[in-house]
Amino acid sequence: MTDSSYRIHGATGDWEVVIGLEVHAQVTSNAKLFSGAATAFGAEPNAQVSLVDAAMPGMLPVLNRECIRQAVRTGMAIEAQINRWSRFDRKNYFYADLPQGYQISQLYHPLVGEGSLTIEADEKAGIPADKVIGIERIHVEQDAGKLMHDQHPTMSYVDLNRSGVALMEIVSRPDMASPAEAGAYLRKLRAILRYVGSCDGNMEEGSMRADVNVSVRKAGEPLGTRTETKNVNSVRFVMAAIEHEARRQVDLLEDGGAIMQETRLFDPGTGTTRSMRSKEDAHDYRYFPDPDLLPLELDQVFLDECRESLPELPDAKRRRYVEELGLSDYNAHALTAEVETARWFEALLLTSAAAQNKVLANVAKQAANWLLSELMGALNKAGRTLDDGAVTPESGAELLALMGAGTISGSIAKQVLDSMIATGDAPGVIVEREGLKQESDSGAIEAAADQVLAANGDKVAQYRGGKAALFGFFVGQTMKAMAGKANPQVVNQVLQAKLGPAGEA
Amino acid sequence: MSELTQLGVQAIRDGVAGGTFTAREVAEACNAAVADAATLNAFIVTTPDHALAAADQVDADRAAGRPLGLMAGVPIGMKDLFATRGVQTTAASHILEGFTPQYESTVSQRLWDAGAGMLGKLNLDQFAMGSSNETSHFGDVVSPWRRSGSTAGLTPGGSSGGSSAAVAARLAPAATGTDTGGSIRQPAALTGICGIKPTYGRCSRWGIVAFASSLDQAGPMARNVTDCALMLQAMGGFDPKDSTSLDLPVPDWSGALDANLAGKRVGIPREYRMDGTDAAILKAWDDGIGWLKDAGAEVVDISLPHTEYALPAYYIIAPAEASSNLARYDGVRYGLRDLPQGANLQDMYAATRAAGFGDEVKRRILIGTYVLSAGYYDAYYTQAMKVRALVARDFAEAWDKCDVILAPTAPTAAFALGEKLSDPLAMYLGDVFSVPASLAGLPAMSVPAGLDGAGLPLGLQLIGRPLDEQGVLNAALAIEQRAGFTAQPDRWW
Repeated sequence: MTDSSYRIHGATGDWEVVIGLEVHAQVTSNAKLFSGAATAFGAEPNAQVSLVDAAMPGMLPVLNRECIRQAVRTGMAIEAQINRWSRFDRKNYFYADLPQGYQISQLYHPLVGEGSLTIEADEKAGIPADKVIGIERIHVEQDAGKLMHDQHPTMSYVDLNRSGVALMEIVSRPDMASPAEAGAYLRKLRAILRYVGSCDGNMEEGSMRADVNVSVRKAGEPLGTRTETKNVNSVRFVMAAIEHEARRQVDLLEDGGAIMQETRLFDPGTGTTRSMRSKEDAHDYRYFPDPDLLPLELDQVFLDECRESLPELPDAKRRRYVEELGLSDYNAHALTAEVETARWFEALLLTSAAAQNKVLANVAKQAANWLLSELMGALNKAGRTLDDGAVTPESGAELLALMGAGTISGSIAKQVLDSMIATGDAPGVIVEREGLKQESDSGAIEAAADQVLAANGDKVAQYRGGKAALFGFFVGQTMKAMAGKANPQVVNQVLQAKLGPAGEA
Repeated sequence: MSELTQLGVQAIRDGVAGGTFTAREVAEACNAAVADAATLNAFIVTTPDHALAAADQVDADRAAGRPLGLMAGVPIGMKDLFATRGVQTTAASHILEGFTPQYESTVSQRLWDAGAGMLGKLNLDQFAMGSSNETSHFGDVVSPWRRSGSTAGLTPGGSSGGSSAAVAARLAPAATGTDTGGSIRQPAALTGICGIKPTYGRCSRWGIVAFASSLDQAGPMARNVTDCALMLQAMGGFDPKDSTSLDLPVPDWSGALDANLAGKRVGIPREYRMDGTDAAILKAWDDGIGWLKDAGAEVVDISLPHTEYALPAYYIIAPAEASSNLARYDGVRYGLRDLPQGANLQDMYAATRAAGFGDEVKRRILIGTYVLSAGYYDAYYTQAMKVRALVARDFAEAWDKCDVILAPTAPTAAFALGEKLSDPLAMYLGDVFSVPASLAGLPAMSVPAGLDGAGLPLGLQLIGRPLDEQGVLNAALAIEQRAGFTAQPDRWW
C-alpha cells in the first residue's frame, strides 16, 4: 500500500485529507424491507404505500428475507464477516417524511461486520498502487418518504413511496486520502453491488447516495475534527465536496479557527458545502431494540445459498482475463469495470469461439480489442450504448468470424459495423447486400496490379532502385483499384511476385 | 332483563346450536342491556346492527345445516384498542377520535369468523395506560359493583375497564381485553369475573393499537373459566403478520379442562406477601391454597427474589416502548389535527399532541423519552432489561419446584373513582402482582375467589409455565368449583 501524494497546500504547509464514506444503497427487491408494497422507481406519489408504510395504528413490520439475502451477499462480496445474529433498532425522530416517528435500523448489532475492497492503481489520478479500503460494517435500514415543497403555495406534500424501502448503509473506514481515492472507492463499490445484483447503483434515481466524512491534518498528526456532508448523489459531486470541504477546513484552521463537528449540505450548483446543523442541535435518536421484531438469526443453509449464488466478482474476473485469456491488464480492467461490459464480452467470447471453432483464449484478444476500440468507438460516435441492442454479442461474433475467415477486411469490417448500428441488420446480410465480400481471386488482383504498375512506371523504377517504402504505395493503389475489397494478403503476395525485392534492379 | 343475558359463552353457543333460542334473540337481549346501561359508560360506540347481522348469519347457517363456529351466536364487546373495519377505533383517545380503520385486527376477525358478533367498542384507559379506567377521553367507566350501603362510584379496574364492567353487569357474556401489565387480570379481579392473558405471542397483535409491543397481549374476559378457554381458542393462533406471533397450533383448552390437580404442585411465592395488601386479599389467598389442596395439588413455598424490582422495571420498559409507538400520532395522516393559524410543521405536531393526548399518556411518553435519552439509556432502559431477564429467570427456576403459581391478582378490591387518580405512584403500585408475569411473557389468569367485607369481589391469580395455558385454566377451574362465586352486582343503573 502506498500513501496518496494528494495534499492541500496551505499557507503553513501541506495538509493531508482523511475521508470516510457512508454509502446508502437501495436494495434491489420487489417489496419493501418490512411490507409487501412495491419499490419501482417513478410510480405516482403514494401509489406504493402499504398500511405498514403509512404507520396506521396497530400495523406491524414483517421482515422481507430477500432484502437480508441481498445484504448478506453484498457482505460476502466484500469478504466481510456475516453476523449470524443481528437485531433491528428503532431510531426515533419526528419528521413528516417518517410516518412511524422512527426508522427501523441496526445500530447495536449490524448484519455485516468488517470487510474491505481494493481500489486499483491509477497513476494519472494520483493513485500510485492498488489500495485496500476498509469497510467497517453494513447494516440494513428503512428509507424515509419524500417531502414535496413545490406542489402548493402554502403546504408541503409528502410522498410515501420510498417510505420503508430497504437500504444498505455501507460504512467505510477513514482510509481514503484524496478525492480520486474516494471516487475510485465509490465506483468500485458500485461495480461490486451491480455484479452482485443487490443494488442497481443508479445515483440519479437516488439508489445510491453518500454521506461524506472529511477531516484534515498535518502529516503525522492525529485525526482532525470531521464534518459530514449528507446525501451527495454522484461520484463527481462526492469528489467536489471533498475538495471544497478540505480546502475550507484548511483555510479555517490556518485563519486560527476551529472545525465544528457538524452536518453539512453539498450544493451542486456552486460546488460548495454549507452548514446544516451542528452537534449541539443534533438529534437524540433514542435508539432501542425494536420490540415488534425478533432478533435475526441466519442458519448455515441460508448462508450457503447466499454464497453459492454469488457471481464471479470484478477482481477475480480481471485476474482470470489476464491469466487465462492472455488479455492485457488495461483491457482486463476495462472489460470488468462494469458488469454489463463483462457480460457482453463473455457472451461475445463464447459465440466467437464457437463460430470460429477455436478455444476461448484464441479469440479473446481479437474480441477484446474489437469490443473496446471498434465497437465502443462506433457506438459512441452514433450516440448508442452497448446494452441498447443495436449490436448483440451474436452479431458481433458473426462480424469477427467474417474477418477471421478473410471474407472481409478490417477496414470493410468498420464499414459493416457502422451499417449494423444504423440498420440493426446482421453483418452477413450487409456484406452480401452491399457486395463487400473480400476479393481473394489472384487473377483479378493481378490484373489490377498490372494496371497500377503500368501507370506508375517511374515509381516502379524508384522502387527497384532501392526505395522499398514505395511498396505500400502500390498496395494502396491496388486496393483502391479493387474498391477496398481485395484480400490484403493476396495483394501483398501478388505485388511481391511482380516487383521482386526492392533495390535489386 | 331477559335471562339470556345471564348466559355465558358456552351456554349461548350450545343453546343456539340446540335450538333452545336463536342467536338473534340473544343479540337483541344483549343490545337492549347495552342500551339500558349508558350510565356505566362501558361502551364508546355501540354496534347493535353488527351484533344482529352476525346473529342472523349464525341462525341462517344453523337452518341450512352448515357447521357452526366456536363462538356461534355469542355477542361480545370489543375493547376499543382493536381495529375494527368501518367502526371508529380510538384507544379511548382524542387524538384518534373519528378514526375509522379500513382493516380488521386479526383477533377480532378470528372472533367474527368463529361466529361472534359485536355489541360495540368498549371504553378503556387511554391507549391502555391506566389501572382504573379514569384516563379515557370518553369519561370514566363506572363499575356495576358498589360497596354495601354506598352509592359511591367505584373503578371497574383498567385498562380493560369497559370490558370488565360490561361482562360483570351482564351486558355481554364476554369481551376482549388486552394485558400489558395486568390490564385483563386486574379489572377481572375487581369486577368478579375471569380473564386470562395467554403466553406472549399466542394472540396476534396485528391491528391492536400498540402500547408496549414486547408486553401487549390480547385475551378473553368472561364469567367463567370454560368460557375463557373457549374464547381464547377462537382468538389465538399464529399470524404471519405479527413477527412475534408463536407458530404453534392452538390446543383444545376447553376440551381438556380438568380440575383434578393430583400430582400437580402449586407454588406460593413468599415475596408476594407484601405490606399494604388487604387482609381480605390475604384471606382469599389462604382460601385458594386450601381449595387447590382439596383439588389434589401439593402446595410448595417458592421464592421469586426479584419481584420487588419488577414494577420499577415495568414502568421503564413499557413507557420507553410507548414513547416510540405513539410517535405516529402526529396529526399528519389520520385522527386529530390541530393546526393553529400560521403554524409550521413542528407547531402542528405540538398542538395536535397537546390537545390529543391525555395527562397519563403524556406522563408515560415523557418518562419513556427520558429513559431512552443519551446518558440515561444504560442507567434506566438497559438496567430495566436486565431486571426483566432476572424476573424471567426467577420464574424459570420456580418451575423446577412447581407447576403453577397462586398469588393475589391485585393488592386491594375496587377503589373509588378519583381516589388514586392524583397519585400515579399509588396507582402504579396496584400492578405489583400482575406485572412480573407480563415481564416474563407467561400465561396468567384471574379467577373470582369471594367477596370482601364491603361485598366487593376479590380475585386470585394463577401464573403458568410458558405455553401452559392449560395448567393455568385447570387450576382456575379447581378454584372456581370450590369458591362457589355466584355474586353479581345488584342492578342500580
